[in-house]
Amino acid sequence: MDNTTALPISIRSLTKKYGDLFALKTVDLEIRSGEFLTLLGPSGSGKTTLLMAIAGFNRPDSGSIFFGDAEMVLTPPHKRDVGMVFQSYALFPHMSVAENVGFPLKLRGIAFAERKARVEEALETVQLSGLGERGIDQLSGGQRQRVALARAFVFRPRILLMDEPLSALDKKLREQMQIELKHIHRQLGVTTVYVTHDQREALTMSDRIAVINHGELAQVDTPEAIYNKPSNEFVADFIGESTMLPLTQDSAGRLTFGESVVASEAPDPSHNDWSLVIRPERLRVLAKDASAGDQHVMFSGTVTEAVFQGDTAFALVKLRGGATLTVRFGTGAVSEGSRLEAGQSVSVGLIREDLILIPRESA
Amino acid sequence: MSWWTQPATQTQITHGDRFWLYVTAAIIMLLLVIPTFIVVPMSFSDSQYLAFPPETWSVRWYEEYFESRKWMRATVTSVQIGVLTMLVATPLGTMAAYALFVSGHRAARAIFMLLITPMIVPVILIAIGAFYAFGRIGLNNSITGLVLAHTAMAAPLVMILITAALRSYDLNQERVARSLGASRVKAFFLVTLPQIKFSVVTAALLSFLTSFDEVIISIFISGGSNATLTKHMFAALRDFIDPTIAAISTIMVAVSTVLLLTTQFIGGKKP
Amino acid sequence: MRRTISTPGQTQALNEVALSGQERREQWTLLGLSTPAILVIAIVVLVPVGWLFYLSFVGSDGQFSLEHYKKMVEYKSYARVFMTTFQVSLLTTLICIVLGYPLAYFLAHLPGRWTGLFMLAVLLPFWTSLLVRTYAWLVLLQRKGLLNDLAMQIGLWDSPIKLVHNMTGTLIGMAHIMLPFLVLPLYGAMKKIEPDMMHAASNLGASPVRSFWNVYFPLSVSGLVAGALIVFVLCLGFYVTPAVLGGGRVVMVATQITAILEYQFDWGAASALGVVLLVATIGVLYLAGRFFKFDSALFGKG
Repeated sequence: MDNTTALPISIRSLTKKYGDLFALKTVDLEIRSGEFLTLLGPSGSGKTTLLMAIAGFNRPDSGSIFFGDAEMVLTPPHKRDVGMVFQSYALFPHMSVAENVGFPLKLRGIAFAERKARVEEALETVQLSGLGERGIDQLSGGQRQRVALARAFVFRPRILLMDEPLSALDKKLREQMQIELKHIHRQLGVTTVYVTHDQREALTMSDRIAVINHGELAQVDTPEAIYNKPSNEFVADFIGESTMLPLTQDSAGRLTFGESVVASEAPDPSHNDWSLVIRPERLRVLAKDASAGDQHVMFSGTVTEAVFQGDTAFALVKLRGGATLTVRFGTGAVSEGSRLEAGQSVSVGLIREDLILIPRESA
Repeated sequence: MSWWTQPATQTQITHGDRFWLYVTAAIIMLLLVIPTFIVVPMSFSDSQYLAFPPETWSVRWYEEYFESRKWMRATVTSVQIGVLTMLVATPLGTMAAYALFVSGHRAARAIFMLLITPMIVPVILIAIGAFYAFGRIGLNNSITGLVLAHTAMAAPLVMILITAALRSYDLNQERVARSLGASRVKAFFLVTLPQIKFSVVTAALLSFLTSFDEVIISIFISGGSNATLTKHMFAALRDFIDPTIAAISTIMVAVSTVLLLTTQFIGGKKP
Repeated sequence: MRRTISTPGQTQALNEVALSGQERREQWTLLGLSTPAILVIAIVVLVPVGWLFYLSFVGSDGQFSLEHYKKMVEYKSYARVFMTTFQVSLLTTLICIVLGYPLAYFLAHLPGRWTGLFMLAVLLPFWTSLLVRTYAWLVLLQRKGLLNDLAMQIGLWDSPIKLVHNMTGTLIGMAHIMLPFLVLPLYGAMKKIEPDMMHAASNLGASPVRSFWNVYFPLSVSGLVAGALIVFVLCLGFYVTPAVLGGGRVVMVATQITAILEYQFDWGAASALGVVLLVATIGVLYLAGRFFKFDSALFGKG
């Protein structure tokens, strides 16, 4: 299938209120042609509202939705040419697998022979060849998921929308389907908007992630950037494990935590309060006699707990300043960390290049 | 006596312990069913007086019924009104139920309550009200008037049945159908309706029966050549006991039984 | 297309007017689907009942008057009608509770494959014309009827007893007709009780009798109240069965309303009585609404 059918989506100041509550607050979002974009957020954040607005099932109060150059915000769902996969799959139980997949083709008046060929092709793409005559009740959860997907792309829509399509599957199948969906997306090249509350799923599958909270976009970026360079507290906290240390600015303008000097100046002089975001796996246990040097920001403290978890292990280190850091390390090779015991004094360091500084929001 | 000592529940109560419950339930069920079917043997009695069991058997009361112009005329009227009521009330109630279910409008609940008022207002009040109002607009003793009144009685039943069916239906299916290119109307007919069709059929049969069995409104607003079967039967019961009624009753029981078993059968096939 | 303005709320936001217009149109189209039903019910029920309400306040001189309502308070005959109505409704409800509870309990505890069959015992009468069933009781209860014959054969009594055209006959007939209305919601409520609850109670050492009264009965009581109130309300306005089996000796409100229209042709008086009946019905249903959810209980026969 060719790539030219993919369309960019442009969402402009989209707003939706339920009573006094904003479900979407002037959301602006550009989704590139052919990309896999995930809307990630906690439940009630507005991510499904946004998806349903793109599909046409949720009418916003104001704003614009463009597919390519065409304004779509007033277009009814059946004229938007958007493939959609629901969390509940919403397969039609009174139709066979082939009838389900052929449904959009039939609506478009495609003749029987071509319909049959395209249904077979779609079923092949989702690895369900030969199951066309089955009833829906004869399928497993994973198979239903695939039928719902085939039905959503068989008519070659320009845009594919998915609302937590994997949440009903068990963990193992879910991880397998994540890879498979990514593969199918590459094969189809269709612009895909995917909704999930599972950050790992979002990191695994997406070209870009739009983190959404309280109806507003918190950050839109690639998975690596979202993880490595969160731009605010919400994203830093919601994505991955992290400890946030509030920093103070000394008279020389340096940002410090206790005795540790974290940065010689604030990244943005217009903001005074900064926090340091520490990912547990970025911390290194330093040799006892190590000095801070230029390479590391060093913190000293006492191990309160050391836990072995198989492929990784972690230790909780209580700093003199009062905060507790989590230090995570692999167990593949014998490392400094694997000899930690509770009660032991220890120094941990963070490579300066890995520093994540974010402006602290006033409490 | 192994069944007797088997536990009837997981709390170690045996069927033996439950003996009196079974006896009581059996007696009550007999009391419910016998009077419903007692008219069948009675209708085949040869006697003018209703003795049971009949001393001699005959079909004379059926002959009387089928040869009576009055009864035949009333039967035709009742069937006609029943079918028309079914044809009007089923789509009306289904439309209203669907609209109110799908629309999240705050008025929807109020409209629903308004539409089930015929189930709340005592029928006698509806009967005399309709009699009074229809008298003003010339609808008394007319087929139109009866169909209108019976539709008002049947539509709430249809609404309640259809709403219940929609509650156990995943409305996302309709959304999917629309995203796949079906207009709202098409999505309803291609996806929603096929899945609630058993409830629609049940609702239709119940509508027919509601009209066919309706007594009180018919007593007031039907008459002349458009008098219903129930109106004549009620008059006959109050005045004297005519064994022809037993024959008619048997036919009515047969109709109800067939309709009920039909709904149970299609209901049992439901996935 | 509209102007884009950075501060929504103060001025028109992008597409705001077009979107709200579309939303309104869709809502009206949807609600519009219910208008045919609303119209029919308005013509048959709402307008006429409203009209009767108005008539009940019009005196014989054509002016506003409370005379019809005053009569109800003053005349002894009215008091008797209200008493009879209340008495018949209450007794019928009680009989239904006594018979209906064990039956519902039995049905709710049947193994699945038997439920359908035994449920027919409740559903068949429910679907059968009440006129037919009233007629059947008329025949069964008469002087030379099956019941008298049977009772004399087994020696319960020596000479035929008058069982019909009186209160006894009315109550028997009414109870028979109302029983399904009690059993169906009660059965629904009992089906929702988790068997685990009873296991838990017995595991905690409660005897079967105690766990029934302390655990099961309180859980089933909402269904029982629902069924009982439905029966009571339906009894209040009942007409056919008391008219036929009461033989003119059991005069309830509905019977009285028709009598007023038939013999006096007094629309005001009949309407006033109807209004009182409606108010009583709504009052009971209002109380009922505080106990259970209506639409689910009313047709729990799914």
